[in-house]
Amino acid sequence: MTNWSIILSIAKTHLLTKIKQTSIAALGVTFGIGSYITLVCFMTGLNTMLDDLMLNQTPHIHVYNEIEPSKKQPVSLYDNLSNSFNVIHSIKPKLSQKKIHNALPIINYLEHNDKVLGALPQVKAQIFYIAGSIEISGNLTGINPIEEANYFNMSDYIIEGSAMALQNTDNGILLGIGIAKKMALKIGDRIQVSPINGSIFPLKIVGFYQSGVADVDAIQSFTNIKTVQRILGEANNYITDINVKLYDIETAIPLAKTIEQQFNLKAIDIKTANAQFETGTTIRNLITYAVSITLLIVAGFGIYNILNMLIYEKMNDIAILKATGFSGKDVQLIFMSQAMIIGFVGGVLGLLIGFGLTSLIETIPFKTEALPTVETYPINKDPLYFIIGFSFAMVSTFLAGYLPAKKAKKIDPVKIIRGQ
Amino acid sequence: MSVILEAKHINKYFKKPVNFHVLKDISFQIKKGEFASVMGKSGCGKSTLLYILSTMDTDYEGELYLKNQLITGQDSTHLSHLRNKHIGFVFQFHYLLSEFSVLENVMLPAKKLAEKSLQEIEHNAIQKLKILNIEHLASKKASQVSGGEKQRVAIARALINDPSIIMGDEPTGNLDSHNAENVFNIFKQLSDEQGLSLLIVTHDEDFANKTDRIIQMEDGKILL
Repeated sequence: MTNWSIILSIAKTHLLTKIKQTSIAALGVTFGIGSYITLVCFMTGLNTMLDDLMLNQTPHIHVYNEIEPSKKQPVSLYDNLSNSFNVIHSIKPKLSQKKIHNALPIINYLEHNDKVLGALPQVKAQIFYIAGSIEISGNLTGINPIEEANYFNMSDYIIEGSAMALQNTDNGILLGIGIAKKMALKIGDRIQVSPINGSIFPLKIVGFYQSGVADVDAIQSFTNIKTVQRILGEANNYITDINVKLYDIETAIPLAKTIEQQFNLKAIDIKTANAQFETGTTIRNLITYAVSITLLIVAGFGIYNILNMLIYEKMNDIAILKATGFSGKDVQLIFMSQAMIIGFVGGVLGLLIGFGLTSLIETIPFKTEALPTVETYPINKDPLYFIIGFSFAMVSTFLAGYLPAKKAKKIDPVKIIRGQ
Repeated sequence: MSVILEAKHINKYFKKPVNFHVLKDISFQIKKGEFASVMGKSGCGKSTLLYILSTMDTDYEGELYLKNQLITGQDSTHLSHLRNKHIGFVFQFHYLLSEFSVLENVMLPAKKLAEKSLQEIEHNAIQKLKILNIEHLASKKASQVSGGEKQRVAIARALINDPSIIMGDEPTGNLDSHNAENVFNIFKQLSDEQGLSLLIVTHDEDFANKTDRIIQMEDGKILL
């Protein structure tokens, strides 16, 4: 039978009469938790920003027709040579079309799959931007601008103009900012592009595109699918790529394999395409956790130290409590509750400090060429980090209080009283 | 008269620094309302005996009965409860919790026992302080009252749960003759009026001579 009200009132009196030590111990927890939350929110915010930079634009599955040599060479079809050792020199890739065969039914099929958020067709073309006598090579990709903006955050990278403007303008082009700078072009100007077959098409500039990667911005432009099909002189079923966005990124690998087998196409999933990127994220997270756990452990030792000293100071009190009928367990609970009160108060203050600091960082301006849409430092205010931080405060103070409290439980009152 | 406390063949050894037989076959009884004192030279084992009787020291041989119930070998939580309910303690060095007020110090064992409501406990505590003529100190911090007053607060605390027996380890040892007299009178009064049993270890011969019974100890044995 434990009488909590009396245990808590004794704990409270001990804490309040040593308010300085108590507040130092609580502040240790506060700074530990506060800096943990700030650090984790800031680091994961940055991580998310970097991930987005790479992954938002990247389709979860990229489906296209790869030009590659046939896996089965004709010699292997010939039965008489099946048991011999065949060597073939100078294998050439099979002549095949760039376009995806039956692309429109495939898109339709993919969009009816429950795992798929969207399947968007693209037409990629090699072109030259023509400025007087100068020809600059580049890529022109035909897209559905509105859908690209919805599924792949295209609008984040359009620094002037809009996806809507591209959609609505026949013969419009969303020009890479690098090319625009080279050619000193502005919105409303016309630019001439020429596909490899030599004809020349004038397109109207409706906006500028900046991915943050200078090499890409110097060659890449976007236009409507129909415009590209017209430039290339192809029919409206000419689709070279299908970009698939999924509800759950984890299903990318199996689905990519299924698509490859089912349609005899090349399907690259995001994990394979960005393996090294994933490693970077993991390591950054690891560093974040290592630093924050160190902070929390230091705070825990502070509490351990202060409770230990408190118990030495309170030897007489412990003896007297035991002599007047408090059991060892009661005494242990008194000191445990002191630790937990310190942990709770420090933890709550830590949450407030963490919230305040992250809110402050969130308002600091942060402008960078590479990230046109980012204006302030990124913060990931996930409630989970606040919960983890607070739980760690409680757990670490529990552990830090446990050993000294156990010592107090074992103190023999006779020794203290006789020793006086 | 009923027996409150009975010791049967108590033996105690100190193992450190050398094996030493402190208490040798101690047997005696304390009856209800009896005011007994234990006397003997320093080192004869009287304090050791007192701490065994108080249930705080459990490392002994023999049997100890409180109100005819065997308490030897009980677990420590149960012993704490027995101490809380049946035994009041007064030490030589008053031993109050210095950060608490006088009233809180007195109330603490009753709150632990938790058999009465808070109002009742507070009322009882003030009652006990009145008996000892120190009710005006109730709201003072324990560290702010004088030595004689502290000892009286300690007695009030010992009385709060209406124990069966009060044990004292030289409760007057640290007080001047006036205060010592005062404390003795309080004990005497409690014994006569409320039928409380008292077992007081003392060096003070005047004090001992006024008690009902003197238990004389020498070299770990009781001299009859």
